[in-house]
Amino acid sequence: MPQQKLESVEDLAAKAKALRRDVLLQVYKAQSGHPGGSLSWIDIGVALYYHEMAVFPEDPANPARDRFVLSKGHACPAQYALLADQGFFPKAWLETFRQYPTKLQGHAENHYTPGVEVTTGSLGQGLPQAVGIALGLKVQKAAQRVYCVIGDGESQEGVIWEAAMAAPHHKLDNLCVFHDLNGLQIDGDVKKVMNINPVPDKWRAFGWAVKEIDGHDFTQILEALAWARTVKGQPAMICARTVKGKGVSFMENQAGWHGVAPKTEDYEKALAELAD
Amino acid sequence: MAGMETAGVGGKVGVVMDSLRDAYGDTLVELGNEGANIVVFDADLAGSTRTSKFAKAFPDRFFNMGAAEQGMVAAAAGASTTGVVPFVSTFAMFATGRAYEFVRQAVGVGHQNVKIVATHAGLTVGEDGGTHQCLEDLALMRMIPGMTVLSPADALETKQAIRAAYAHKGPVYVRLTRDKFPRIHAEDYRFQIGKAVMMRPGTDVLLVGCGLGTSICLAAADLLAAEGIEATVLHCPTIKLFDRETLLRLAKAHRAVVTCEEHQAHGGLGGVVAELLSEAHPMPLRRVGVQDQFGQSGKPEKLLEAYGVTPQAVAAAAKAAL
Repeated sequence: MPQQKLESVEDLAAKAKALRRDVLLQVYKAQSGHPGGSLSWIDIGVALYYHEMAVFPEDPANPARDRFVLSKGHACPAQYALLADQGFFPKAWLETFRQYPTKLQGHAENHYTPGVEVTTGSLGQGLPQAVGIALGLKVQKAAQRVYCVIGDGESQEGVIWEAAMAAPHHKLDNLCVFHDLNGLQIDGDVKKVMNINPVPDKWRAFGWAVKEIDGHDFTQILEALAWARTVKGQPAMICARTVKGKGVSFMENQAGWHGVAPKTEDYEKALAELAD
Repeated sequence: MAGMETAGVGGKVGVVMDSLRDAYGDTLVELGNEGANIVVFDADLAGSTRTSKFAKAFPDRFFNMGAAEQGMVAAAAGASTTGVVPFVSTFAMFATGRAYEFVRQAVGVGHQNVKIVATHAGLTVGEDGGTHQCLEDLALMRMIPGMTVLSPADALETKQAIRAAYAHKGPVYVRLTRDKFPRIHAEDYRFQIGKAVMMRPGTDVLLVGCGLGTSICLAAADLLAAEGIEATVLHCPTIKLFDRETLLRLAKAHRAVVTCEEHQAHGGLGGVVAELLSEAHPMPLRRVGVQDQFGQSGKPEKLLEAYGVTPQAVAAAAKAAL
């Protein structure tokens, strides 16, 4: 089927709610995976896949596609939910997440999953690959854009800052990155584990055009994406304040839900909270 | 290179010395002139790796990523998804060591069409010392599923290996060096990925080399001949997609096998040959290379001698094995 497009923030929010259920389905079925960080960026993902990007579910490698790289590849349940709903592969695949033999690997791998551009999951691998995609498109004078989501714990990786230098140096204005600032990582509060603040100032200092938004407010996400298209001569960074586990009351702001699957009781409780 | 005289493999009258990295840079320019859809990445070593030749001819297709090898390798993997064929160059230590996880994940797990061409591999880096003498790159790259690994010996072979890497679909690692190496191939030589080539026929012992190792084996064959031992020399420029058939066929026709490389004696060519023979045709084997040590500063020829990577060492190993 062709790409589904949604215009209103209400429709986007409803889609995000439905796909949150698909995230939990995967992690519940697998009894393994990363719900917290998937729920923190899924609103951004819905805005990208249903409003911003051109993608081709029946022809994933179509050269006219915009590119998306989930640098925080452990949060792939959200990407799989998006891709399945857009028709890149059957929704039934979601129930096979992390279970041999599956097309939906525990961390995103392009070789397995239609619609996944590159392999990520080992932190820091995605952003520099997104930089390379943007360079490759520029060299060939292609008009497509590159989008990427990185995590805040992830940005403790040194290579993130290699990419942070490279993208402005090579004037990659076809690159738009979201920094998913949910404030938590496996060992707890990002500020306590290894403080990365001041985040927006760091990106500005590296030469990026920077905007700060609430990463769960679709109006702000869409405005930021429209703004990013106007940025010329440098890459755009959208610093998105988010809530880890967003949408499930008992998962919100709990580092303990970084990489833990819900048992049946919690799963049903979460689905009830996310009911239409 | 007068120094190579000590190692007995070069600097002799009539021996032409070839720069592998110059051959690489020249071939990139040729490919660019032919309209190949390549891009080249370097990490602040373009002058040393000779990608500077390409940078000068095709500035829009050359990306200096600064001293940032991890991001460079990942960027090349990303770029390859857009249809360009990226060549990535820096010293072997950084391409395969510092950036290892990016080679493994982004290039390897990602099955991306990236060509990693590293210079300054091995002991012949010389004065820079052990920190910069990568003696494990063949082993590291050989462990990555889907990676093709090449170690050419001279300029003619390097040029053809670079073209073959470009034409090959999938990731390729090419090991090049700082120092000039003796030319071993005639003008009509044709390199093929996965093909070993017999350089000298013999009957008693099979000497197997890659890179500079083959020149050392050829010199060793002269030493052995003087003692009445006839050595066959097999050059194996492909370390992964290795020519198993040719090695086994020749090994079965000899009484012993000796490998030689300026790399750890384990994990690289010696590792490949030991693994193959121990499973398919157990027989006397000696591996000449660095013996589980780090390198150190010195002239290349002094180091080759100090670490026992010489024609004399190969000849002694052959006699010990026979």
